[in-house]
Amino acid sequence: MAKYIYVFCFGLIFGLGLIIAQMTNPGKVLAFLDITGDWDPSLALVMISALLVLGVPQRLNITPNTSAHEHDQQIVNTPKHLIDANLIIGSSIFGLGWGLSGICPGPAIVGLTSGLSESYVFAGAMFAGFYLFKLLHRER
Amino acid sequence: MAEITVISALTGGAIIGAASALLLIKHKRVAVISGIAAGVLPPWKADSSWRLWFLAGLFVSAPLYRLAGFQIPIQIDAPPILLAIAGLLVGYGSRLGGGCTSGHGVCGIARLSMRSIIATLIFMLTAGITVYLVRHVLGA
Repeated sequence: MAKYIYVFCFGLIFGLGLIIAQMTNPGKVLAFLDITGDWDPSLALVMISALLVLGVPQRLNITPNTSAHEHDQQIVNTPKHLIDANLIIGSSIFGLGWGLSGICPGPAIVGLTSGLSESYVFAGAMFAGFYLFKLLHRER
Repeated sequence: MAEITVISALTGGAIIGAASALLLIKHKRVAVISGIAAGVLPPWKADSSWRLWFLAGLFVSAPLYRLAGFQIPIQIDAPPILLAIAGLLVGYGSRLGGGCTSGHGVCGIARLSMRSIIATLIFMLTAGITVYLVRHVLGA
């Protein structure tokens, strides 16, 4: 039980980070993606900062303890140099959706408590997309 | 150029990195939000309850932040139908590509994974092109 309380807190901290960084504001995200317009480079700093902090545990060489059937952990279960069609097509589709909305999965979940119908529509469709993947790719 | 929010971006990013680091150190799991969120959909696996706890933490982050007296700016201009399409694309694409902004963009790059670096470049590029087309070609 204690470990779940920890995990809950990590999710909470993660969400606060997204909010403080303003990743939860689609207008701000789209301003970052709009390089030829009124460009707001702030979110590049979010990524750099997150990478610098997370880079420390990675240097300490902490390896995740995951099993092969944990599909959401494929970031560590797939060889680092495997560049396949799924990676390229999937990332392109994700980028298209992100560019249309300014919302990625973390902020979509944080947005569920915003009280805005737009947030519910997006999150509902995103979970439908997750489920579609499970159906089409027969994930075990 | 738009106003750059340096302090909030660096602070928020560091908190996101710290939350990901804590999940890695204490729970030995990678903070891939798309995968963790998709993992709560059926069919369930016996050991997947940590995902619900992490998502619950994400879920309560915004209400807690507001309770502390802070505002969370949310600007959504896209119409609901576009948000529904974008949500589907984000959900399906992030799963097919094996990660999202947090998964490839932060956790994967921190592992110096070429796969994640390529994925991040692809979704940044396609999102940027999408915003360019929507704002400056179609003029929406």
